[in-house]
Amino acid sequence: MTTKKVHVDSEKCQGHNRCYAMAPGMFKVDDEGYATPRGDGALADQKAIDLAQRAVDNCPEKAIFITEE
Amino acid sequence: MTMETKPAEAGVKDWKHDYDIFAREYIKDPFPIWDEIREECPMASTERWGGSFMPTRYEDLFDIAKNIQTYSSRDVLVSSVMPAPDQERETPTEEEQELIQQYNVGAPPITSDPPVHTWARKLLLKPFSVTSVAKYEQETRELCNELIDAVIKNGRADGAVDYAQQIPPRVIASMLGIPKEEAATFTEWVRGFLELGLTNPELREQSARSIFEYMIAQVALRKENPGDDLISYLLNEKVDGEPVPEPHVVGTCFLLMVAGIDTTWSSIGSAIWHLAQRPDHRKELIENPELIDNAVEELLRAYSPVTMARYVAEDTEYKGCPMSEGSKVLMNFPAANRDPRVFEHPEEVDLHREKNPHIAFGVGIHRCAGSNLARMEMKVSIQEWLKRIPDYKLEAPEAVTWAGGQVRGPRTMGVVFPS
Ligand code: HEM
Ligand code: SF4
Repeated sequence: MTTKKVHVDSEKCQGHNRCYAMAPGMFKVDDEGYATPRGDGALADQKAIDLAQRAVDNCPEKAIFITEE
Repeated sequence: MTMETKPAEAGVKDWKHDYDIFAREYIKDPFPIWDEIREECPMASTERWGGSFMPTRYEDLFDIAKNIQTYSSRDVLVSSVMPAPDQERETPTEEEQELIQQYNVGAPPITSDPPVHTWARKLLLKPFSVTSVAKYEQETRELCNELIDAVIKNGRADGAVDYAQQIPPRVIASMLGIPKEEAATFTEWVRGFLELGLTNPELREQSARSIFEYMIAQVALRKENPGDDLISYLLNEKVDGEPVPEPHVVGTCFLLMVAGIDTTWSSIGSAIWHLAQRPDHRKELIENPELIDNAVEELLRAYSPVTMARYVAEDTEYKGCPMSEGSKVLMNFPAANRDPRVFEHPEEVDLHREKNPHIAFGVGIHRCAGSNLARMEMKVSIQEWLKRIPDYKLEAPEAVTWAGGQVRGPRTMGVVFPS
């Protein structure tokens, strides 16, 4: 069975905070606003996948991506 | 510095090759103009104000903002950001000259390129983080209510002058530890610098000098008497083990005022303007309070206020358009946010929009450092207004006046409501 994971490319992230505002359970931001996925970024169910996709769609820096392992 | 403003009657006939961001029609209703340029020409151009170029497509704004080698931020206004060292004043003393030299740091980080930009920006990220700005939410709510208290019995108010304009200067004053009573004075300077000053170099220099002198005095006060405020914080920070140079602190405070006031009141004003005309949107926001965050993002997209500039640092070509070193590029983030290639039905304000990667706060390394504060102010000011004045409309839609150029928003906007 494959698992989907959400990632943030730290080179691209500029701390716009859109992902965190949209999905605080899925992302965390440091003191300076840069985002990383909480935990290992694994997306447990379709709801999580949809939410991650919304974060992808709203990140102005194109910094968020989803992989399938 | 050249500011060859053509006479007002030199109307624009060809927006692709002779645009004028100060033209009345552009300020009032730029949207059809952007649509025309965007479809026909990736890079509009003009000879006005010494010449500049203007991309309007989302992908182009994205690419150019990321290419910081070619497109430098050393100059972000259509005319230079810093007052030239003052030659008019009678023979400045040596001391004065030294001071002028010292303070000629620009307005970091917005006018900086790396490597200075990197640390200058880093200094601001913590004090403007979501958690730091949350500390100002309660007082912002109280401020909004005081402003509404003053007008609510009249059945009429100016949504721009009595409300939107009053909020950001007081919030930033509070952060900087400046008495709020002085907000009106520096509001005037900021308008003189960024709005009226764009077409009036003398006023711009005068306003810039007033803000600088004021900030120099404030920094001196804080050095003697540090407090729990942003100026004291900046004075306390270290870069490579050394305290932040004082002129840098002054330059940054200058920027915070200039960047934090006109921009945010324009956004709040546009939001109030939009909602005045959309009872359905007001109803939705009142009935469904969780919608507010998404609504703020959508209003930022649809009515983005800020167009910053870049300085072309080397001869270059973009999509077949040659640009020589020293040219300006106007970063039309607002037009990009209405690009149909990225946004479905961009002309519609859709409070439920799901795909909204807008770049109202810019994109890349200069992403607005104050965006969390701006969002908080917008959210709170819309919420409090709708709580107290749920039912209102424009007094005379045609009478609304707008400021435009590099920051767009309503400046006078009569609204009426049941008292
Ligand atoms: C709705 C309100 C606002 C909008 C639309 C806005 C927009 C922008 C934009 C587009 C930029 C990027 C400029 C560029 O790429 O050259 C920017 C930069 C900046 N803004 Fe804002 N801004 C707003 C409010 C604020 C506030 C409230 C503050 C702080 C008090 C602020 C502080 C800054 C700073 C410090 C920068 C420079 C960041 C850097 O160069 O790294 N802005 N803003
Ligand atoms: S939305 Fe994108 S740029 Fe903003 S914090 Fe999240 S990953 Fe970073």
